[in-house]
Amino acid sequence: MTELLRPRAMGSDVARLEGWAKVTGTAPYAYEHPVDNPAHAHALQASIARGRITGIDTAAARELPGVLAVLTHENAPALASTEDGELAILQSGEVHYRGQLIGAVIAENPEIARHAAALVRVDYEQAGHDAEFSAERDDLHTPEQVNPAFATDTAQGDLEAAFESAPVRVDATYTTPMEHNNPMEPHTTVAVRGDGGLTLHDSTQGAHTVRQVVAKLFGLDRERVRVVSPHVGGGFGSKGLPHSHVVLAVMAAGLLEGRPVKLALTRQQMFSLTGHRTPTVQRIRLGADRDGRLTAIAHDVIEQSSKVKIFAEQSAEPSRHMYAAGNRRTTHRLALLDVPVPSWMRAPGECPGMFAGEVAMDELAVACGLDPVELRLRNEPETDPESGKPFSSRNLVACLREGVRRFGWQDRDPEPGVRREDGWLVGTGVASAVYPANVFPGSAAAIRRTADGYQVRIGAADIGTGTWTALSQIAADALGVGLEEIDLRIGDTELPHATVAGGSSGLSSWGSAVVDAAAAFREKFGTDPSVGDEADGTVPDNPDRKRYEMKAFGAQFAEVRVREDTGEVRVPRMLGVFAAGRIVNPRTARSQFVGGMTMGISMALHEQSVLDPRFGHVVNHDFAEYHVATNADVHRIDVHWLDEHDPHVNPVGTKGIGEIGIVGAAAAVANAAYHATGLRVRELPITPDRFLG
Amino acid sequence: MNPFDYRRAEDADSAVAAVAGRPAAAFLGGGTNLVDHMKLGIANPELLVDVTRLPLGGVEPLEDGGVRVGAGVRNSDLAADPLIRERYPVLSQALLSGASGQLRNLATTGGNLLQRTRCVYFQDVTTPCNKREPGSGCSAIGGWNRYHAVLGASDQCVAVHPSDMAVALCALDAVVRVQGPGGHRGIPLVDFHRLPGEEPDRDTVLEHGELITSIDLPELPMAARSKYRKVRDRASYAFALVSVAAALDVAGGRVREARIAFGGLAHKPWRATRAEEALRGEPATARAFGAAADAELADARPLPGNGFKVPMARSALVSTLTELAGEDA
Amino acid sequence: MEAEITLDVDGERHRITADTRTTVLDALRDHLGITSAKKGCDHGQCGACTVLADGRRVTTCLSLAVASQDVHFTTAQGLARDGGHPVQQAFLDHDAFQCGYCTPGQVCSAVGVLDEFGRGWPSAVTPDVRAEPELDDEEIRERMSGNLCRCGAYTGIVAAIGEVGGNR
Repeated sequence: MTELLRPRAMGSDVARLEGWAKVTGTAPYAYEHPVDNPAHAHALQASIARGRITGIDTAAARELPGVLAVLTHENAPALASTEDGELAILQSGEVHYRGQLIGAVIAENPEIARHAAALVRVDYEQAGHDAEFSAERDDLHTPEQVNPAFATDTAQGDLEAAFESAPVRVDATYTTPMEHNNPMEPHTTVAVRGDGGLTLHDSTQGAHTVRQVVAKLFGLDRERVRVVSPHVGGGFGSKGLPHSHVVLAVMAAGLLEGRPVKLALTRQQMFSLTGHRTPTVQRIRLGADRDGRLTAIAHDVIEQSSKVKIFAEQSAEPSRHMYAAGNRRTTHRLALLDVPVPSWMRAPGECPGMFAGEVAMDELAVACGLDPVELRLRNEPETDPESGKPFSSRNLVACLREGVRRFGWQDRDPEPGVRREDGWLVGTGVASAVYPANVFPGSAAAIRRTADGYQVRIGAADIGTGTWTALSQIAADALGVGLEEIDLRIGDTELPHATVAGGSSGLSSWGSAVVDAAAAFREKFGTDPSVGDEADGTVPDNPDRKRYEMKAFGAQFAEVRVREDTGEVRVPRMLGVFAAGRIVNPRTARSQFVGGMTMGISMALHEQSVLDPRFGHVVNHDFAEYHVATNADVHRIDVHWLDEHDPHVNPVGTKGIGEIGIVGAAAAVANAAYHATGLRVRELPITPDRFLG
Repeated sequence: MNPFDYRRAEDADSAVAAVAGRPAAAFLGGGTNLVDHMKLGIANPELLVDVTRLPLGGVEPLEDGGVRVGAGVRNSDLAADPLIRERYPVLSQALLSGASGQLRNLATTGGNLLQRTRCVYFQDVTTPCNKREPGSGCSAIGGWNRYHAVLGASDQCVAVHPSDMAVALCALDAVVRVQGPGGHRGIPLVDFHRLPGEEPDRDTVLEHGELITSIDLPELPMAARSKYRKVRDRASYAFALVSVAAALDVAGGRVREARIAFGGLAHKPWRATRAEEALRGEPATARAFGAAADAELADARPLPGNGFKVPMARSALVSTLTELAGEDA
Repeated sequence: MEAEITLDVDGERHRITADTRTTVLDALRDHLGITSAKKGCDHGQCGACTVLADGRRVTTCLSLAVASQDVHFTTAQGLARDGGHPVQQAFLDHDAFQCGYCTPGQVCSAVGVLDEFGRGWPSAVTPDVRAEPELDDEEIRERMSGNLCRCGAYTGIVAAIGEVGGNR
């Protein structure tokens, strides 16, 4: 990279351009796009975890007035591609997990569809199922790679010897539970078939990804499939890839000769069908000298995946880059079970992995008698410990130091379990955060001069991240015009191809394409273009990507209170300090950091999907029993970012901020809970009972 | 959800007659639990008789010193009522710790009493549950039972009652007034909900067609010093792990009388009579409060997933009584 | 069973023919095309469907339309008539949302909360329910806890409501 884009609109505190539509509720989400005379589908799900449908009696459902069709494997179309075990639904009567889609009822209104769904009788030949996750299993699977394409295992030096001979050692096992993304907008697809084409109003993090997948599954010409999603009610990874309900909606629409079909999953159905974060069991071994300098780091991870489709979360990946140590090893193994298919959930890998790694670092600090910030400073590597390459920028130390100052960490008494206030034990904790600065190739942008300014077109997504606003700011600076001259169009496959809003890559990738298009536009038409002039651009190849490790860093600080008598846990205060490249819009960026930390508190204290192995499904499958943090659980959250100038990452200088806010947050809370109580909780969530008996 | 007929009741007599005359009929109040259950397939009424327009909306002082609460009073109105806040703060607090502001604006007093358990297996028609489908088995035994009963359960059912309001009413010796096809009767709150025994499908002693018309609170001066303490996994908007409703009368450092009920421990609001007896005449100290809790919880039989409830209930009771004793001093 | 239902929404009366099973939420969204009230859980557990019913905040997913015929409903869209409600402007100013899906429900709930304060209603965190509550962050947080936000905009929501309510 040479020159970073000069900021003018970027860096300004601009209110969300679509904000008024959102506070009034008029911004249309997938279900809400007006379509003519829609029919309503209700999904049918398998009630066994493994086996085969031997009979499916739909007569009572079909006879119900208002029912238009019943879709099952007996009348479903053959898919053109069946290689994706999650998506290849209704191709046979085989059942791979409880809750799997086995059909749908399509009716005049949602009430009839739901009623008729309850009238469908399904007979099964049940096979024994295996849905019990355990690290003790002797049939653990070694995946070919871990998400998205990292090595499964790594090793450097002689880990065992270094660990055994280390004067200070931590050897502990940490567990994180199965968790569900639970965006507020349930996954919804409105499918409209007609004239040989297909239009989907879909709740997705990537319209073009949906088009690509659907076109391939149904053997359609990609150009005949349109996906529209201008506003998305959160995703957190669960809408990053289309799940099987999208296939069901397209199939259902195929039965109706052109009538649009609306399929909205229920909250309960989402727990089986839209991905989840795998549970993890993580053994961490740290060996250090008496001064706390690490000589050995081992991070061995066991997770679960579904037999029908393997997804291996890269939970040990961050341990490959965080701290210097000559001897290291990381491994990932999977229990393959008859369970729903795991997928991306906010910061896959880094989020659970840094919980384990950063609590282990806290344990090492205690073992060495060192301040936990100081321990981290002493183990700061000069180059990436895994690849040996330099970091394009690495400001973890600066984040920690700034956090120490802002949080008031200097005066911290390290003694655990000694601060009492009105029946509450009080403590503070710290943890580091890291997330890769991703730019995905493949996005394209087009810019056209209009009578009022410039129309900027790219099929990007705004899932709440602020894309509408921040990408407009980038476009304004790329063109050297005021923000008011930019008319951004996103969320539609009619627009140039865009990669997914995932991996914190969105703004960096789409922004790169917009900058490229703007340069092409100015080169072609100068500063006084005519209405109708148009140019396009793509994400240019960045040779620096091969020369540098590119990551954002951060430091999380938390204060925790635990009620001495009942174990209730509160987080009155958190601070996150981040070094994440250029911040395009401080207002929306702050919200993303705070939002990530809020979800981190939720992960630390509340979230846990309980999969009952006797049945094979998550039994606490609603918002009353699957707890996410409420307003009352979240108190003061301060966020600060360093003014980081990284000329290598991409022309905009952004590193991505959607995920780093959650990384390390749960570890900071757990470490603070230890400092408060003297009890080390290595298992999430940190519920009151952990402190009783 | 099955189709149903809807009828708006003009008066209590016709409402009772309409429901009593049809086995698959039900009263509709705020709907926050019934409509939920209809969507889940747990309740399948063929006729809903809407009783929200009946004149059951008042909170009135009674001549004997008590207060009558109409069954149609919304939870939020009851919690905010000056008479309740002044005379029975424990009831106000219990109401306010339940559900959310939006739900409290809908939910009625009568309906709150009839809330059914939040046991995840009861709420999932794809799993066995003796309460929902007698004889099918109990999935919570041997399953996920973090929230389940430690007192008074049976081998048929280990569910807990979810209401906060009912716990306070239990401690206050409230009486449920009902009108049925055979006339009117009063049922002490402590007898209104059942333990599961061999019939876990029956939550209460109400007969089909009986309509709750009011809840009468007796005069209870000691209730002016009363508290509700709820321990839950979230800071708000969550069902109790355990809860305590208590009122304490202390004179000269000794307990004259205590009223105590637990929530989250049993199939019904659990009146802690043993603890009350143990406290009578004892010094108002944390030690005596702990001993009283121990007396009440001696019969607790935790499940593998909820052993923590016993020490948690003990702590909640001790801290609540300690606070009340402090107020009295 | 079909029923003729009259619904009063944002100052307009609507007559629809709908199934008795239709909730107020589905009547708004599917029959009237008023999608300001959102469906997040359909079981009263998230608050996304919150609107004002005769000025009081309620979830609409558990109310039957047929039983709600003499109620005046106001959605976030309706609040925006006449240039918008101060709570809506405060949500914009404090960036009190991200994806926006829970937002109309948060806005309606906030308007209800401020009204409840005005009437002196206590909450679960009011130190003494016999006294008038004071509007502070803790009170706002507790009262807004029936509206889940998965993006984590709670701190902005509390600041926005505090500003409108004259907190500090």
